[in-house]
Amino acid sequence: MTILEFTAVVAIVSFVAGLLGSLTGLGGGVVLVPLLTLLFHVDIRYAIGASLVSVIATSSGAAAAYVKEGFSNIRIGMFLEIATTMGALLGAFLATRTPTSALAIIFGAVLLYSAYLSRKPRPLDQRNLPPDPLATRLRMNGSFPDLEGQRSYNVQHVPTGFSLMFGAGALSGMLGIGSGAVKVLAMDQAMRIPFKVSTTTSNFMIGVTAAASAGVYLSRGYVDPGLAMPVMLGVLAGSLFGTRILVKAETKSLRLVFSVVILVLGLQMLYKGFWGKI
Amino acid sequence: MTAAKAPARQPHPFQARPWGDRRLEVILGNLLRSGVLLSAAVVLSGACVYLSHHAHEPADYRIFRGEPSEFRTVAGIVHSVFNGRGRGLIQLGLLLLIATPIARVAFSIVGFGIERDRMYVGFTVIVLVILLYSLLGSGLRM
Repeated sequence: MTILEFTAVVAIVSFVAGLLGSLTGLGGGVVLVPLLTLLFHVDIRYAIGASLVSVIATSSGAAAAYVKEGFSNIRIGMFLEIATTMGALLGAFLATRTPTSALAIIFGAVLLYSAYLSRKPRPLDQRNLPPDPLATRLRMNGSFPDLEGQRSYNVQHVPTGFSLMFGAGALSGMLGIGSGAVKVLAMDQAMRIPFKVSTTTSNFMIGVTAAASAGVYLSRGYVDPGLAMPVMLGVLAGSLFGTRILVKAETKSLRLVFSVVILVLGLQMLYKGFWGKI
Repeated sequence: MTAAKAPARQPHPFQARPWGDRRLEVILGNLLRSGVLLSAAVVLSGACVYLSHHAHEPADYRIFRGEPSEFRTVAGIVHSVFNGRGRGLIQLGLLLLIATPIARVAFSIVGFGIERDRMYVGFTVIVLVILLYSLLGSGLRM
């Protein structure tokens, strides 16, 4: 394949990944690395570097749209970013010392978990939980616009959420993904943050987290301009387009299709990892 | 911009969060979007130069070699941009992209400072130090 053909095909695939990722809310980054390695036989380290860069682009590109809705909580985000950026640094350093087959296995496991999570019904939003002393001290409790006007919420289990977000950051730094799946565990299930608030807040955090490991990747030579260019531009265009048409799109069946894709990619990554083909 | 008078101290059942946060978030959101669009434009122009020179060469990413230093240090990237290298321009765009969320964090320090929220100024400084350490401490030097 010539560079022109390669660039065009990768850009199209990245566009579709970004579009589906934003329409389903599952994130495009999680399918990019397996697609690049399995379909285009790109070395997983180049794939991770390119994916990480695209994660920053989608997160920052969507931030302005999310902010207008008034759901995100900048204090929760900033506090948890301490955990995610430290985790991301650790993850990036680990990635440079981990054999590629092990990276593929970890990636496969994360994909399977994401597929499982995307089929699980969303936990019901909290109503009238008592304020947690630590969360109150950290001024994390807030409110957001709901159908019945402003709805306030009280954040729970801050230490558990903080530790889990450290893990999310480490996975993000290691695999070049946004780690939406772990974020659901930490923010939705442990801290009991309402879904809309946690989703928009974590979008804000993902870019900062990815930036923490991107420096390490760039300086280690994992970010190839020829590969990162079509990936970043494709994913960014796809996700921006996705947020435009989100209101009209029927996302339920899309989610099903996308989670099957994630499942298949996860199994493939595990297979390649265990048989040392990556 | 007039300083938001941290209304955190005026408790209201439905407005537990200070109003200043909202405006800060809007500014930060726009900052992020402009940063991304700028970096995308730089990457795109780099892509044109790169493809006009190398379009018909074979693409091969099967074997990991690691990038040469001209594409992984700030000095190298700037140098290759001045030499008219397309890939240098792409890397410059990617550097801008990485810098965007870092600028957002730096700007948040100012925002929390205006709200006189010392605790969150502290948290944000910690995040900024971690980010700068990753960029500068890991070998990506000027």
